[in-house]
Amino acid sequence: MADPLLHVEKLVRRFGGILATDHVSLDVAQGELHAIIGPNGAGKTTLISQLTGHLAPHSGSVFLGGRDITGLPAYRRSALGLARSFQITSLLPDFTAADNVALAAQAHHGHSFRFWGNARKEKALRDAAQAALDRVGLGGRADLLVSRLSHGEQRELELAVALATRPQLLLLDEPMAGLGVTESARMVKLLQELRREVTIVLVEHDMEAVFALADRISVLVYGRVIASGEPQAIRQNEEVKRAYLGDQHVVVKHG
Amino acid sequence: MKAPLSVRTIVTALVVAGLVLLPVYSAATGNVFVLTLFTRIVILALAAASLNLMMGYGGMMSFGHAAYLGIGGYAVGMLAQEGIGSGFVQFPVALAASATYALVIGALSLRTRGVYFIMITLAFAQMAYYVASGLARYGGDDGLTVYKRSDFAGLINLSNRVQFYYLCLGCLFGVIFLIWRIVNSRFGLVVQGLRSNEQRMQAIGFPAKRYQLVCFVIAGTMCGLAGALLANNTDFVSPAVMYWTRSGDLMVMVILGGMGTLFGPVIGAVVYLLLEELLSQITEYWALIMGPLLLLIVLFGRGGIMGLLGRLNRG
Repeated sequence: MADPLLHVEKLVRRFGGILATDHVSLDVAQGELHAIIGPNGAGKTTLISQLTGHLAPHSGSVFLGGRDITGLPAYRRSALGLARSFQITSLLPDFTAADNVALAAQAHHGHSFRFWGNARKEKALRDAAQAALDRVGLGGRADLLVSRLSHGEQRELELAVALATRPQLLLLDEPMAGLGVTESARMVKLLQELRREVTIVLVEHDMEAVFALADRISVLVYGRVIASGEPQAIRQNEEVKRAYLGDQHVVVKHG
Repeated sequence: MKAPLSVRTIVTALVVAGLVLLPVYSAATGNVFVLTLFTRIVILALAAASLNLMMGYGGMMSFGHAAYLGIGGYAVGMLAQEGIGSGFVQFPVALAASATYALVIGALSLRTRGVYFIMITLAFAQMAYYVASGLARYGGDDGLTVYKRSDFAGLINLSNRVQFYYLCLGCLFGVIFLIWRIVNSRFGLVVQGLRSNEQRMQAIGFPAKRYQLVCFVIAGTMCGLAGALLANNTDFVSPAVMYWTRSGDLMVMVILGGMGTLFGPVIGAVVYLLLEELLSQITEYWALIMGPLLLLIVLFGRGGIMGLLGRLNRG
């Protein structure tokens, strides 16, 4: 493999006595869709939060495009091309869908210490927002307040916001969480299109989706990566089977 | 889809028209007192509007906003005492001093969140209060009399009641216009976004603290202007203008009028100070009536008076 876009080295994070991230090492190649699966409480969101800079690791390092970003705050990582969606929808509820996306575009389009001009009339930002909304199928809902959107639409908006930052690497934390069957299918289709444009790290419970989408899969159990490889290999892996069928309950096909 | 005329717009227009025409009424009836009263109301409305920028739009609950009233006031008073009477010096110094104080206090306070932020801004304002009380050369506890109002070289005469009133009103409208531009600008959207969801804003690439600090400084500087006007209005400045209850008054005006609305603080200041004036003429226990009244408005009129008017519209 050429130089990986994302390189994680022996990452450790404790919460009290619990090792939530236990020496995790991970490589994600440019253009790859890398899924991270694991039972509840395996430390998936904790891992994502350390990649995005919302949580500081106790040791280990994270490299993006060969650059050490371990100590950088979230906003700097965003500037370097890292975008995330949140497991629990995290938007600006009292803003319109278009405003949410336009703000993401604004963050990457010149500085924002501008106090005079009307930002909602900046064509470049509005066009970028509309393009991202169209991309996820929310083009017609641009002027609705986020609090008026359905849960499924909010999940799609999360994705549009991430896309509007023009990321190199997209970290998606359970984008299907709480979606119905048809909504999930739409999301899978959307991700299938997006993967051609951007490298994706996908944390997901929906095994059907994961095996349909992923180039490679890493399995996280109790904070450790117990297996990493192509979907076929992971399916056959004895340790993975044990982890899922042993003391941990089956999460296959679990919303 | 443009609504015809909302109740909110009508009430706002009436209040603005009333404020503009007040000196005419005062002159026609010979009622000088009403002009003096409203000069004070307009100045405190300016202070409330500045607090609204950071509290209503920025989501930063500062409980120490009255400190800037004192800093602006003392800048005028101290310079006057030292023989520098020019408003062209006094006012810029008042603004610069307020901005500097805001920069330092903001940088420290913004390291905290929620209740701690409220408490630390309160603590710093109380510190400013005690520092002013200790300024023996400038009157200490008793305050400082400003014997001569700021001199603007014949451009405008602050000792003329009507001219001074219009200066204050002009400052108020100017500041509200500025806030309107800011709120809709790139910067304003970022600040409001931070109020709504800071984590999300960080994730899409905004360094939160920097924007909040700049908002803090802008609001403080605007309030410093109100302080400089207030000292001219009362010909006096004392530590009492910085006392924490004064910060509370400003907060009540903003909440009463409607947080995060352009004219809410103005309406809040007018209603609050008029009520205070009227009730205190009826009984010395006016606070007993005022308290429950405010409570009712805040409890039943979410979004303050502006919120109430907004709901009236929808029938």
